[in-house]
Amino acid sequence: MSKELIRLKDCVMAYDDGVVLDHINLYINDKEFLTLLGPSGCGKTTTLRIIGGFLTPTSGDVLFDGVRINHVPPHKREVNTVFQKYALFPHLNVYENVAFGLRLGKTVTNVVNGKSSAKKVKIPEAEIHKRVMEMLEIVNLKGFEKRSISALSGGQQQRVAIARALVNQPKVLLLDEPLGALDMRLRKDMQNELKRIQQEMGITFIYVTHDQEEALAMSDTVVVMDGGRIQQIGTPEDIYNEPKNAFVADFIGESNIIDGIMRADEVVEIFNRKFRCLDKGFDKDEPVDVVIRPEDVDIVAENQGQLKGTVTSVTFKGVHYDTIVDFYGFKWLIQTTEYHPVGTVIGIHLDPDCIHVMKKSEYSGMFGDYSSYSEEYEEIGDADYEPEEEENGHEE
Amino acid sequence: MKNKRSLLAIPYVGWMAFFVVAPIIMVVIYAFTTADFSFTGENFTRMGTFTVIFTRSFKLAIIATLVCLLIGYPLSYAMAKEGKGFQRVAMLLIMLPMWVNFLLRTYSMMSIMENNGLINQFFAAIGLFDLINNVFGTDIHYFKMIGTQGAVVVGMVYNYLPFMVLPIYSTLIKMDNTLLEAAQDLGADTATVFRKVILPLSLPGILSGVTMVFVPSVSTFAISRLLGGGIQMLLGDLIEQQFLGGAYNPHLGSAIALVMMVIVVACMWIMNRFGEGEEQAVML
Repeated sequence: MSKELIRLKDCVMAYDDGVVLDHINLYINDKEFLTLLGPSGCGKTTTLRIIGGFLTPTSGDVLFDGVRINHVPPHKREVNTVFQKYALFPHLNVYENVAFGLRLGKTVTNVVNGKSSAKKVKIPEAEIHKRVMEMLEIVNLKGFEKRSISALSGGQQQRVAIARALVNQPKVLLLDEPLGALDMRLRKDMQNELKRIQQEMGITFIYVTHDQEEALAMSDTVVVMDGGRIQQIGTPEDIYNEPKNAFVADFIGESNIIDGIMRADEVVEIFNRKFRCLDKGFDKDEPVDVVIRPEDVDIVAENQGQLKGTVTSVTFKGVHYDTIVDFYGFKWLIQTTEYHPVGTVIGIHLDPDCIHVMKKSEYSGMFGDYSSYSEEYEEIGDADYEPEEEENGHEE
Repeated sequence: MKNKRSLLAIPYVGWMAFFVVAPIIMVVIYAFTTADFSFTGENFTRMGTFTVIFTRSFKLAIIATLVCLLIGYPLSYAMAKEGKGFQRVAMLLIMLPMWVNFLLRTYSMMSIMENNGLINQFFAAIGLFDLINNVFGTDIHYFKMIGTQGAVVVGMVYNYLPFMVLPIYSTLIKMDNTLLEAAQDLGADTATVFRKVILPLSLPGILSGVTMVFVPSVSTFAISRLLGGGIQMLLGDLIEQQFLGGAYNPHLGSAIALVMMVIVVACMWIMNRFGEGEEQAVML
């Protein structure tokens, strides 16, 4: 069974101009692939830098294997980082970049008369060579040893950065938006490759991204963050199927988020109509947010539907049509393989298991209406929509 | 006519042709001829006479360059790491003397270091000489500074330090901070980060700083004239004498200038070979 490796206890990171992390509690298991997911400025990079040792939390504790490491400097942590812009050493070639950590020697702890002392021991050149070559093979860069860093493509630099970190056999690898600078195709390939490397080497990966698709595709556990707080922790399936609040529902995939009222256990009222659902445990007549995923809505004939609406826009997406339907002034996104021209009045049918009820939160009413559909699609669909991390301002 | 924009360089090319290339050709011609312009190698065979001056010039220039590096590197490093406020003040203090005329600056150095200059007056005022005389039974009333090689080096460092600081500072300030974090992350402590990342990446700045201090130092004549008290003659003084002084012999002067130029170019070439691998670091 996997055991707990890292724990953040009540971590707060505050600067003069505001709180970046607001009481973060998080544990990470050994050999887990955990993703910190959230929009720019949500605190995900700050969390990663606290684990890496580049920042010390204002309050709270960082535990590694049960030992408090708040003030342990980065070079003494069994953690290595793949930086956002790779941060390869331009004065060294591929081989020397990868060998950098090994050349610094390994730490050997001696226990003499009950006192333990750590010292660095040089690794023999033959072993360095063997490990560097092995690692270059794992990242598919054999034959590139002598190349200068500036002669590599983005994808190749990315691989060198991963090899340079992994060759030290860290317990944990931290990855800060490592695929952000790559094009779509390469990003997909690297996703598979990272997952493969993680499983082959059995190392804990902590991965930071703002790309929800990437997070869902790669992770064992996803941590959704916003405004310096953790919004939800769960498996990719949990996060998608059972979002905790409107923010998570909106950030992960497409969602119609509608105001509803819980009339009884397993009965929710939307647009003055009662629907059967699977959620219970709410107060009677409690106002709630209702999430309906666009692909879960069945379009039926006008007179057979539970609700009736008018199609206001249709966009062909290849596999399906994105159809925007107006229900009493609130616009839904429905993804369907059938074509319904603009102006058609249609009915919809909702199965109980496609209605997900959430408690009201500070995010209620902010998302879920597709009236301004086109702009919102840009924002969600384009991973490069946010070019710079706002958090960087605090790191100088 | 492939690239019309290269036409923009014509004024510069003309300038260089008249004021750099032509003079160098004239120096070469003068160096290999006698007063009536017949070919001779005699000017070079006489060079041995000036070994002392050659040695002194290069020795003092190397010392001044090293001192500039030892003062300039930590200063540049501090400026690059500290906040904007420190940066601005330090930069102002470095640039301020450069806005004062070179000769004026050197004259003022002279008056500060004279036998009855500011420094000696200060020592006298605090009773330092009395103390020394009492303890050692000597009879001194000032430290002799003008006319020593130390004074010449101080003058060189004072005048040329900014040329060391600026290029080093500019490579350090441009350095990507994540590279330092990456090195730490891979297990390097502060000293190792400096040795394995910061120092090699700032080497281009060091090389250009060294060049910019060494070359004017080795060929200076005003500093040695004023602060060396006419005793510590350098190559610059020697050459000047051949053209303007009593020993008027522009042919010999040209030969000395040519030899000096060859040695300096050779030094620079070797040094740049040494730093070649780092060049891409500047470009990145």
